[in-house]
Amino acid sequence: MSNHLQTFTKGLVKENPILVLLLGCCPTLATTTSAINGMSMGLATTFVLVLSNIFISLLKGFIPDKVRIPCFIVVIASFVTIVQLVMQAYVPDIYATLGLFIPLIVVNCIVLGRAEAFASKNPVFPSLLDGLGMGLGFTLALTLLGCIRELLGNGTIFAVRILPETANMLLFILPPGAFICLGLVIAIVNKFKKESH
Amino acid sequence: MKYLIIILSTILVNNVIFSQFLGICPFLGTSKKTSTALGMGAAVIFVMTLATLVTWLTNQYILIPLNLTFLQTIAFILIIAALVQMVEIILKKISPSLYTALGVFLPLITTNCAVLGVALTVVTKPFNYGGVPHLLSLGESIIYAVGIALGFAMALVIFAGIREHIDLMEPPKGMKGTPIALITAGILAMAFMGFTGVV
Repeated sequence: MSNHLQTFTKGLVKENPILVLLLGCCPTLATTTSAINGMSMGLATTFVLVLSNIFISLLKGFIPDKVRIPCFIVVIASFVTIVQLVMQAYVPDIYATLGLFIPLIVVNCIVLGRAEAFASKNPVFPSLLDGLGMGLGFTLALTLLGCIRELLGNGTIFAVRILPETANMLLFILPPGAFICLGLVIAIVNKFKKESH
Repeated sequence: MKYLIIILSTILVNNVIFSQFLGICPFLGTSKKTSTALGMGAAVIFVMTLATLVTWLTNQYILIPLNLTFLQTIAFILIIAALVQMVEIILKKISPSLYTALGVFLPLITTNCAVLGVALTVVTKPFNYGGVPHLLSLGESIIYAVGIALGFAMALVIFAGIREHIDLMEPPKGMKGTPIALITAGILAMAFMGFTGVV
């Protein structure tokens, strides 16, 4: 049981895909203009990650080793297409803001990385937990960055006003703010990592 | 004139790295040395142009007539993956010298989201020219892809040049490596914002 728990929690903090492993930077920088955008992107990726992990774990006996990467990509791309169609139908506003980055979940290194490193070698249940943990870790990091950028750039968090409008620093919502913000957050994480050793 | 506007807009105003955030992983991964950056830049220019040509034709003559445009994502990523493999095999046979120069970078390109991103953008997002948004024709799409790839190569080489100098500095401990690189990229992005409104 504790083994399962570890499979689940390692993605949240210790091996957080963004803050520690630095995978999947593109959606991280592009979609964290506000907390809600970051969270939606994180949840969409989590959905794809969990389902692709489950299916690849189920299919691992049938996929020949030599063509495994193209097979994984087809499985992942199918789930991405499902997410794309569902979001287009039910949350068209969020789909329009996230735009290109929903289809681009296909080439997110985290999804293919977990398929190759974990799901293709482990049974279904641990693969599900691994996908869920990694996905939620990704969502957590994206939401955190979204909160910071929205607070500094727009004075709000999840559209609730916290700082007065005069304190807005628009830069943080624009592209340069994304780079600077992620750089500082990773620097803080690095500092804590070094101290805990 | 139209081609010039597409080129200027893709290289400077909507630079793929600094304003669209595509291809950040190879941007951070292959920018430690100027020579590596040049190799990666050249490989991306080559593959992106070819990939856009093939995916545009597939979309226009297979997916649209069969009403299968919802399969764009799956079809495009498979085409790109196959194309990269094919380019690798052909280059090895035809021009071993070019292969040794670009070879290492080719497998990396399959996971470069900029290639898939451009292929999807040119067939789905209308380009605004003279106030009239319209989808790009084949020729315009290729110019667009070349522009994006040139912008990528330029950003990569500039960034690699700066990083070579940063390596000689002593930043605070926690800032070493990726954090300082990201903040440098942020300052570069600020410089590129100066081009807003040029086209």
